[in-house]
Amino acid sequence: MNRTELEEKVKNFLIEDLEIDEEKIFPDAKLKEDMGIDSLDFVDIVVIVEKNFGFKIKPEEMVGVDTYAKFCDYIETKVN
Amino acid sequence: MGIWSCLGTSLEEVKESLYNGKSGIGIEQERLTYGYQSALTGIVPKPMLKGLIDRHLRRGLSEEAEYALMASSQAFKQAGIDDEYLLNNEVGCIFGNDSSAKPVIEAAKIMDEKHDTELLGQSFIFQAMNSTVNMNLSTIFHLKGVNFTLSAACASGSHSIGLAYMFIKNGLQDMVLCGGAQETNYYSMASFDALGAFSKNMDDPTKASRPFDRDRDGLVPGGGAAALVLEDYDHAVARGAEILAEIVGYGFSSNGTSGISQPSDEGCARAMMRAMEDAGVKPSDVDYINAHATSTRQGDMYEAMAIDKLFRGEHALISSTKSMTGHECWMAGASEMVYSIIMMLNDFVAPNINLENRDEHTEHLNLTSKTVDTKVDIILSNSFGFGGTNSALVARKMK
Repeated sequence: MNRTELEEKVKNFLIEDLEIDEEKIFPDAKLKEDMGIDSLDFVDIVVIVEKNFGFKIKPEEMVGVDTYAKFCDYIETKVN
Repeated sequence: MGIWSCLGTSLEEVKESLYNGKSGIGIEQERLTYGYQSALTGIVPKPMLKGLIDRHLRRGLSEEAEYALMASSQAFKQAGIDDEYLLNNEVGCIFGNDSSAKPVIEAAKIMDEKHDTELLGQSFIFQAMNSTVNMNLSTIFHLKGVNFTLSAACASGSHSIGLAYMFIKNGLQDMVLCGGAQETNYYSMASFDALGAFSKNMDDPTKASRPFDRDRDGLVPGGGAAALVLEDYDHAVARGAEILAEIVGYGFSSNGTSGISQPSDEGCARAMMRAMEDAGVKPSDVDYINAHATSTRQGDMYEAMAIDKLFRGEHALISSTKSMTGHECWMAGASEMVYSIIMMLNDFVAPNINLENRDEHTEHLNLTSKTVDTKVDIILSNSFGFGGTNSALVARKMK
């Protein structure tokens, strides 16, 4: 999966499943402050990522992952 | 007050259905595929909440909590209560609910497959508990008063109104949102269907629920939600609120018998008497009785005996609106108060439809199978549940 496909997939679930406005999704967007993702959303994100990318997020690996771009980087590392 | 039921999703729609004796019962074919003996159910529209409220407020809502949210929003609006009022005043919430099967079963299915709680997501816990309705309504509406769920089988909705009334009568709260909610998904009623208690008259769904009729063959499950904003009278007057009716009596009892599903005429009668005594009314004062009668032979019979004991020769008209709605179970006691107050406000008594051949116990009951245009000043509404729990409420028209 190339980066464009991966970002498209991530964007889709953020819009469809978490109902985040598309304009709030940009590389430097903060997951909590800009996109409004809270701690309970992260519980759902584990399930969504497992369904979409076939791996389970480990909370300890998410330390420092606080923007949309970093979140996509993290998924990219795990998928590839 | 507010309502979301198979008879309509507004007070006006429900009034029309009640007046015209329109049944809300139909067929859900999936029930047969799932393994039910009967596909009959009240057909309740699903609210469209996406776009109406934020996902963060929506994610913990079970099916019945969604219905309760719609009914409660109507009730607050009708009572003239807006967001600002709720943020600045203490309002309580006591809702009747006694199951939330769908999220429990769906979560169990995921666990059976994945064996990993991290793959369940966050919403199941808030949807699966019996208190799902209370916890969601209290956070969505920012309620600050008494907050708990009342589970008392098919009398849950009625007891919730009774308890809210007690909180207000005792000066503990000025205002309490109360009511009842009932899920309608096919997971929720399988174990009830197992008892063989449901009608199998699937060829003629609107004729299937026939309380007090000789040819009944069981009840039809239904659901939705009903909500009432109960308020201290002086508080409501000072606020300039539109007061629809006054709750004046609450009666309760437990049968004290050993059969868990066994009704009791004596238990029913004690609840009714206690409600009338609390209200300071006599049987001759009551204009309408909304019977609990679910369209089962045993339940109808014991209630008929109890009503006969107290009301033989009195003028009160009697009907079971379950003939149109089916048995709305945990919601029924609340929805039937809403139905009765609608009748009171609009000067009619709704019919006990499908009452074509009365059974042998109803000879002296003033049952009506047709809509009657008449003044209704005082109503009595009965609700009874498994385990012998009984509740009766008396309401009076505002002068």
